[in-house]
Amino acid sequence: MSDIAPSADTLLMAKPAPRSRNMGQILRWLILFIGGIAMIMPIAYMISTSLKWPHEVYNVNLIPEEPTIENYTYVLEDGRFYWWFVNSIIIATITTICNLLFDSLVGYTLCKFRFPGRTIVFIAILSTLMIPTEMLVIPWYLMSQAFGWLDTYWGIMFPGLMTAFGTFLMKQFFESVPDDFIEAARIDGLNELQIWWTVAMPLVKPALAALAIFVFLGNWTAFLWPLIVTNSVDMYTIPVGLSGFGDEADVAWELIMTGAAISTIPTLIVFLIFQRFIIRGVVMAGLKG
Amino acid sequence: MANLALRSLTKSYGATEVLHGISLDVADGEFVVLVGPSGCGKSTTLRMIAGLEETTSGIIEIGGREVNNLEPKERDIAMVFQNYAIYPHMSVKKNIAFGLRSSKMPKADKEKRIQEVAGILDMVDLLDRKPSQLSGGQRQRVAIGRAMVRDPAVFLFDEPLSNLDAQLRTQMRLEIKKLHQRVGNTIIFVTHDQVEAMTMADRIVIMKDGHIQQVGTPEEVFHSPANTFVARFIGAPSMNLLDGRLNGTQVTLDAGNTVDVPEVPGSGDQAVLLGVRPDDLHPDSTNPIITGTVTLREPLGAETLIYVETPSGEIIAKADGRTPPQVGATVQLGADPENLHIFDSVNGDALS
Repeated sequence: MSDIAPSADTLLMAKPAPRSRNMGQILRWLILFIGGIAMIMPIAYMISTSLKWPHEVYNVNLIPEEPTIENYTYVLEDGRFYWWFVNSIIIATITTICNLLFDSLVGYTLCKFRFPGRTIVFIAILSTLMIPTEMLVIPWYLMSQAFGWLDTYWGIMFPGLMTAFGTFLMKQFFESVPDDFIEAARIDGLNELQIWWTVAMPLVKPALAALAIFVFLGNWTAFLWPLIVTNSVDMYTIPVGLSGFGDEADVAWELIMTGAAISTIPTLIVFLIFQRFIIRGVVMAGLKG
Repeated sequence: MANLALRSLTKSYGATEVLHGISLDVADGEFVVLVGPSGCGKSTTLRMIAGLEETTSGIIEIGGREVNNLEPKERDIAMVFQNYAIYPHMSVKKNIAFGLRSSKMPKADKEKRIQEVAGILDMVDLLDRKPSQLSGGQRQRVAIGRAMVRDPAVFLFDEPLSNLDAQLRTQMRLEIKKLHQRVGNTIIFVTHDQVEAMTMADRIVIMKDGHIQQVGTPEEVFHSPANTFVARFIGAPSMNLLDGRLNGTQVTLDAGNTVDVPEVPGSGDQAVLLGVRPDDLHPDSTNPIITGTVTLREPLGAETLIYVETPSGEIIAKADGRTPPQVGATVQLGADPENLHIFDSVNGDALS
């Protein structure tokens, strides 16, 4: 045997590298597959249940034995669902627009202006992120009651017209707008509001799109506060209304799932329009979607 | 167009004063370059003129009118920034037109003005492009166009060529100078590059640590530097400074050599620094100054820079490009007496 011939040990050690790479690849695909299934299954079951008759709802089969669109007909012909849908659209849209305006204005001010107490104001706004909604609903309710806002759009919307999260997100994005742009506009004769609107806002479009989706989805799916502040069925939003399908004895899951399936359509449209922005926005904000 | 005056201008950040009462008069239509190392206060001065920084004390006048308390837009100035500051979401045309947003000029006149400026800057074909589709030089031209379109009293340039490569910088330098000759507005130009200052300025203001060191034409600051800082800052390679002692019309170097120098009125027997530019220091001079050994050569084509180790330290001289002394060779370097500069060795001020 030659001295320079590779030993058996050397050959054995050289082999495992590609094999472990393949294993790693398989493991990654497996994790992604499981994750994908976990994400898709609730949606699949939602659609499946919405196509089932009441007696079949508690069967775990994904494909309905006797598929029906009767639930969709019932829900869409039910006048209540129409109003809940309209309420949700109005509330989510107005809240989103207000957040885009107010959060970006405050974020811009905190980012681009130097004034005494700036850091304290920013910390104070951020600190509200640590207070859970459950703690806030009682003061909100008392306030709504005192001002006569119970069971009104204003009552549902006012706590969310401006958010600490949105302010933080916008402030971080405005950091990426060079001060030279703002100073150049100042020299060119624009006032501060014009600079914010004409120069700064177009430069943070990805953040605005991301914030729009976050706020729209958050308000579209909000349940606790709309449930507390509304009394009349006509003022319900979709999540509150859907929870009331059925009666004391039974929950009409097939109708709830039908309403839920219909209510995902606007969020799907919003997401499809803004998805290229939200991906960039999420990456830049360092947030999880 | 207008003249500009700074009167005892100071700027402090908290307890730290960064500008110590600078005064300057800029004539109508003059091209003045503020030059100095980083942190000397040149950009701060420019930003104070623009109204982007508040003045701690002192007066700024533009066209004979005090502008200290005026907003930037009310000062009739336009500024070109180092990183262009052209808006990426707007076309070239909209960027140029942006300078006219607050103008009450009729729309047709605005359009005419934009076309005129685009013509001057050779950008007519680029008006519909976005900044991302332009080269660095074209972007800088858009920034200049946005400033030009308003026809301001004073143009302010804050290191506008720093982000360009060497070739483009030379080209833009020429273009800005031609532009000034054509439009004739007053220009204040900030740079840390002394070549830019020398090639473009009518007058150069050399700053250091918040003080003006010297104001003069490029020829004045090069040939008659006010102190050792100016002497070393202007000119590349820097002026050689050799320790010595002045006595009448002779300087005796610490290394022992005696050098003939021009007469310095009012000076006695005192310690001095003898300054001589590498361009004036030659191996074949009739007025020898010092002898040393060549340690390094830098061929520049027509000339070769030689680094010579002498008893007074390393000095740089220029030799003929075709037959430069070899590394290791002993050379005797000298310069004509009228090209020698004498500085006070204590405060660095020029004596000659």
